[in-house]
Amino acid sequence: MSKPPLIGRSLVRDLVPFGGRRAAKLVPRARGSGPMPWVIAIMIALTVMAAAAGLALGNLVNRASADLSSALTVQIVEANGERRAAQVERATELLRGDDAVASLRVVPPDELAELIAPWIGSGASGESIPIPSLIDVQLAGAANTAEVARLNALLVDDIPTARVDAQSDWLKPVYDALAALQYLALALIVLLAMTSAGAVWLAARSSFNNHRRTVEIVHLLGGTDRQIARIFQRAVTIDALLGGVVGLAFGTLAVLFIGNQFAALDSGMVAGGNLAVRDWIILAAIPVAGILLAMLTARITVMSALRRML
Amino acid sequence: MSDHAAEIVTFDNVGLRYGTEPEVLRDLSFTLFPGRFYFLTGASGAGKTSLLKLLYLAQRPSRGAIRMFGKDMITLPREQLPAFRRKLGVVFQDFRLVEHLSAFDNVALPLRVAGVRENDLAKPVRDMLEWVGLEHRIDAIPATMSGGEQQRVAIARAVIGRPALLIADEPTGNVDPDMAVKLLQLFERLNRLGTTVIVATHDINLLRQVPDSLIMRIHKGGLLDPTGALRFPPRPEPRPVDWEDDV
Ligand SMILES: Nc1ncnc2c1ncn2[C@@H]1O[C@H](COP(=O)(O)OP(=O)(O)OP(=O)(O)O)[C@@H](O)[C@H]1O
Ligand SMILES: [Mg+2]
Repeated sequence: MSKPPLIGRSLVRDLVPFGGRRAAKLVPRARGSGPMPWVIAIMIALTVMAAAAGLALGNLVNRASADLSSALTVQIVEANGERRAAQVERATELLRGDDAVASLRVVPPDELAELIAPWIGSGASGESIPIPSLIDVQLAGAANTAEVARLNALLVDDIPTARVDAQSDWLKPVYDALAALQYLALALIVLLAMTSAGAVWLAARSSFNNHRRTVEIVHLLGGTDRQIARIFQRAVTIDALLGGVVGLAFGTLAVLFIGNQFAALDSGMVAGGNLAVRDWIILAAIPVAGILLAMLTARITVMSALRRML
Repeated sequence: MSDHAAEIVTFDNVGLRYGTEPEVLRDLSFTLFPGRFYFLTGASGAGKTSLLKLLYLAQRPSRGAIRMFGKDMITLPREQLPAFRRKLGVVFQDFRLVEHLSAFDNVALPLRVAGVRENDLAKPVRDMLEWVGLEHRIDAIPATMSGGEQQRVAIARAVIGRPALLIADEPTGNVDPDMAVKLLQLFERLNRLGTTVIVATHDINLLRQVPDSLIMRIHKGGLLDPTGALRFPPRPEPRPVDWEDDV
């Protein structure tokens, strides 16, 4: 060859943004692409599990307290059986006449006896030990303190031995404990989310360091900041996408497995902890947030590094 | 047109220091005219690479004024620099090949950055690699190439886009004398097509290869000026440039 080959003058020298296959070739995926997808996958899976636990616990508390919050118990503590029966009669009448009361049920003495048998023995009858009568009342609205006090006043005028209690009062310690657990789950989610964000941030930065020389070279060959940021962001996004999908899959599997175990308990209370569609949407949003964060980190990292170059 | 249009590069009292070190370049005042071939010589550590870094826009001077292609490079906004870098072809002293790209992809890189379509770049890139004797190494990555092979890839990458200004830092340091002559022919050929060329080298033999080249000598960060004139080298006699000679 006598003459060196030189490309024609027709070369495009404008600042054309480039993407797709050509961009991919500038920062191609190195083999395995390092630990970044795995770090992200683990963090996402843990965050998904903690979030699922928190959401399930929240559902459980809400559902149970909704059931109980409109329920009242009226006790008639009258030693004399006949008078007690009359008072129950009178109380039922008064309660039925009240607008706030949706339904009521007098707990039959047999049922009561059965309930207390473990404590006072099955031989006991209404004659030897006086057992109070109970009326379960379901209100149309919430059984709040004001309502309880009002009904108490309504009854006590006629029946001095009547006592009205909100049923949720009985279970209050249980709900307090559950609420505490809920806060614990929330704190766990916040911590995990922060750790995940940190992991994504570090992974994106370490990935940038692997490509720093390439970035410098493309910069010196006339690549614009946007061109360079885009190709690098693309590499990081693919890593984050991989990590996010794998993490969500593992997290979901774990949640479904544990959910099944609890469903097998077949307890009314635990059933209240099922995840609703809304909860699944929240869980699915976790990897999406992770991917967005990775992209943002990549962009900020590469842009600030480029600004330090001339 | 301003009177600067005739000059590709003008340095005026340029100084450069890295950090708080003493200046490694001082009081540089010179002009590069279009279509000329310049050699930059000087001892190791004299400041050749530092001067070229200012030229290929990797470094801002600590003081002084630099004009390139009729624009003041000191006040030019950062976003406009890429367009200027695309007018340059640079052979870096340390090659700066992208280590995970093949010889082909490294040479194609400036074209891809400039948005040349794949169909348009495949043949020129192949031809160029053939010219530098690397047709059999087209898919090799830099780590598997010898120093001389890497240098030839770097040169191919610098000239492939037919730059307005070619800046080469010790481009023949790792090749045998025959290849050095051949590579210099490539630069000369480019020069005859209108590209201004500046080559930093220690190699005195190289200087003789290009008859009407101009020689800039740098010593301890300053340009030696045997004529005593302010600008070095002095404005050359017009030299016929075959701009129309095209491939
Ligand atoms: N990034 C840097 N930071 C600090 N000092 C530097 C840096 N780069 C170069 N120098 C110093 O500047 C001076 C000139 O270096 P330069 O690389 O320009 O020399 P050179 O003429 O290219 O030498 P060589 O022929 O060995 O390549 C040297 O004293 C060197 O130590
Ligand atoms: Mg040098």
